[in-house]
Amino acid sequence: MDLLHVNPFMYLAVSSALFTIGALGVLTRRNAIVVFMCVELMLNAVNLSLVTFSKMHDNPSGSMFVFFVMVIAAAEAVVGLAIIIALFRNRQDVDINNVNIFKW
Amino acid sequence: MLSVIGIASGIGLITHRSAVYSVLFAVLNFFCIAGLYLTLQAEFLAITQIIVYAGAIMVLFLFVVMLLNLGDDLTGAKFNATKGITFLIGFAFFAELIVIFKSFTDQSPLHLNNPYSYGTVEVIGKTLMNDYLFPFELVSVILLAALMGAMVIAKKHN
Amino acid sequence: MEALLPLIILSPFIGAAIIGIWGLLSPAFRHQEKLIGTIGTLAVFLPFLLVLNTFLNYQHGQPVTFELFSWMATKNFSVDFSYVLDEASLLMGLIVTGIGTMIHVYSIGYMHHDKGFYRYFLYLNLFIFSMNNLILGDNLLVLFLGWEGVGACSYFLIGYWFEDMAKAMAAQKAFVANRIGDFALLVAMFIIFNATGSLKFADISLSGDVAFWVALLVFIAATGKSAQIPLYVWLPDAMAGPTPVSALIHAATMVTSGIYLIARMSEVFLQVPGVMVLIAVIGGLTAILAALIAIAQNDIKKVLAYSTVSQLGFMFMALGAGAFSTAIFHVMTHAFFKACLFLGSGSVIHAMAHMHIVNDPQDIRTMGKLGKYMPSTSKTFWISTLAIAGIFPLSGFFSKDEILGKLFFAGHEHTMYYAVWAVGMITALLTAFYMTRVTYLTFNGKKRFPEEGHPHESSPLMTIPLWILAGLAVVGGFLGLPAVVGHGHYNWIAGHWLSIEGAPVIIDRILHAPIETEWILIIVSFLLAIAGVAFAFSFYKKYDLQGDLKVKSFFGSMYRLMENKFFIDEFYNWAIIRPFVWLGNFAVMSFDKNIIDGIVNGAGYATTATAGIFRQLQSGLVQKYAMLMFLAIVVLLGYVMLG
Repeated sequence: MDLLHVNPFMYLAVSSALFTIGALGVLTRRNAIVVFMCVELMLNAVNLSLVTFSKMHDNPSGSMFVFFVMVIAAAEAVVGLAIIIALFRNRQDVDINNVNIFKW
Repeated sequence: MLSVIGIASGIGLITHRSAVYSVLFAVLNFFCIAGLYLTLQAEFLAITQIIVYAGAIMVLFLFVVMLLNLGDDLTGAKFNATKGITFLIGFAFFAELIVIFKSFTDQSPLHLNNPYSYGTVEVIGKTLMNDYLFPFELVSVILLAALMGAMVIAKKHN
Repeated sequence: MEALLPLIILSPFIGAAIIGIWGLLSPAFRHQEKLIGTIGTLAVFLPFLLVLNTFLNYQHGQPVTFELFSWMATKNFSVDFSYVLDEASLLMGLIVTGIGTMIHVYSIGYMHHDKGFYRYFLYLNLFIFSMNNLILGDNLLVLFLGWEGVGACSYFLIGYWFEDMAKAMAAQKAFVANRIGDFALLVAMFIIFNATGSLKFADISLSGDVAFWVALLVFIAATGKSAQIPLYVWLPDAMAGPTPVSALIHAATMVTSGIYLIARMSEVFLQVPGVMVLIAVIGGLTAILAALIAIAQNDIKKVLAYSTVSQLGFMFMALGAGAFSTAIFHVMTHAFFKACLFLGSGSVIHAMAHMHIVNDPQDIRTMGKLGKYMPSTSKTFWISTLAIAGIFPLSGFFSKDEILGKLFFAGHEHTMYYAVWAVGMITALLTAFYMTRVTYLTFNGKKRFPEEGHPHESSPLMTIPLWILAGLAVVGGFLGLPAVVGHGHYNWIAGHWLSIEGAPVIIDRILHAPIETEWILIIVSFLLAIAGVAFAFSFYKKYDLQGDLKVKSFFGSMYRLMENKFFIDEFYNWAIIRPFVWLGNFAVMSFDKNIIDGIVNGAGYATTATAGIFRQLQSGLVQKYAMLMFLAIVVLLGYVMLG
């Protein structure tokens, strides 16, 4: 591997693939926890592309952003899981198709 | 190589019936991404990824999955029209992204590898403390808030 | 002085407004008859004074104009409320405001104790306002405003006692018949504007096809307003209104507006001789038709109504012959004696009704010998009868003679005029006959109402106007002395006033009129008139009411037609009105109910159905929402990419 001539396109391709997979997972799965994990997957994909871009343009801001994203993702995961637990307490079931009290 | 494993684990994540297996696939995925970070000379981020994501967050997920003790998600096996449409849309999205990125990178085909790559801890530390000090502090507040919020929400109300 | 001129238009309007608003707001005011009457009369008397003053100080060729305000002004078209007092409009103005004032005074007496007193004067003032607009306007649009206004006021006034369904229907009939004419006038206005770009009278100059259509349409409009065939049917029914209304509107003013309009547009009409022949023919037919019907009528007002139609026919004959100023002359004289006749009949009806003895206070079969009890009414009525019959030296003689003379001379241009002239002569004879008949049967002969009744003469409020009008009927003719006298120099109206050389307001057709022929014509028509009156007088003196039976046998089977107005109303009803009513019913029942309602309901239903579909978007399922968002992003991204 000639480090000097790596094409960033590969990274970006991987990133977009992971993102798409994550999106599909969000839309498809019924288990709330799995959906959550797919969201994390999407976040990671974005992180990857951010780092790639950061390298592309020689700008540390990208990496900084990744850092913060990670922190926020952690916080969000905590809160989200807490919500899921509370939800589970109420209805013994984490099927998100049943959480439809906003139905018209 | 790493990318392949990463993608494969991603697919496994979304398709597997059991939630536990999905969590494990996620861990694998995060490791792969960390590896990709390394190849990008973002060492600090790679390590952070492993510690935070694969270590803390996924463990948390695992705990919750075990705690809730859910059965397997059986309906995921069906392949109906909605799923088909969703996949089509997803594929379209993927194609779009590819096209976009292709046009980006064609402009600046090479890049990478500056001797002063920004992945080292030293460099990150310096940037963090100098340019991004305020967000840094703010982030700690957010963490605190998240912590408290989680505790409140998940508490057993009598 | 100039500053006061707008009051000619505004004063009646202000009068109407005061009476109307005050009357609406204060029930106490509504019974202040003297006050209301005074306000109303002054509101018309003031314009009369102003017009008189302008008339006396008038200089030829210099019309006095004044403008109230601008009506509309766009790039291509602008019209103002501007008025012109020239020879023709001054003359009409004098007639309208003068006779109007007298009728206001008369009405104070006639409408005594009527419960809608203030309403009556409100409408009367409004009518004068509209009529002033009509005759004084310097462009067709102001005239049209007045035209419609008088139609509307006529509706209000005919249907004044609207609780009676028959009277209300009569008002409606008048309005509808008028409306048909109004439509024709509107189309004519459109054509004129299209051709010349302006609606001012001064700017109207047309020729060829345009002139033909405009003339025809204006004539149709005039038949509506001035009660000629085919739109005359409203006028006899209009007698349902109070008698002063009949006197003002249907004798002196509104019905003459059609003639005035045609005379104003004399220039246009002279371009289309064909239309003029048509006008003369229709005028002649109307005249003789109405005269025949009048012979067989027993309601005093109906006789006068048909008489009006007949005399209007005479005026149209004059217009058709090209003698526009003669027509205006007859308008003037007719206004005098017809108003006097109507007011006189009102006086009679008043007296008969007060006796509370007879069923129908308007039926001449239950009158007779009223002359003994009502001397003023009787004498003025006789004077006016002789005037209308055309007895020298009363006014009707001069004007009618001139019409017949001009008709005869117009025969030189087109032989049809000779036929119209003959019809006119016969009609003159018939006029003399039926007018004498009705007058004799009312005021002379045997008393046919029960002995207990004591009719009395009307109050001076009513008799003074009668005498004034009778006086005018006597002397009014001298304004238009025929050409035989002093070679036309004494014909003030035509020669000096209306169609003066150099600055004619109304352009007459130049007719070849040898003096000898004119003398013969004058003498012949005079003899005819005398014969008619004398014959009728002696005939009815001998036979009294039974004379009618002899008349009936004279006319044979035609009498039944005459009595029933030749069944024209019935014909219109069958041919025109019933199909329209059917169409209206159809429109409501099937079209409106099914189609229109179906569309409206269908719109409602469609909305609900669509909403039902869209409702499913809000399923409450997160994943569905997320899918939509995702889809949206994909689409947007694609759009940005492609574009």
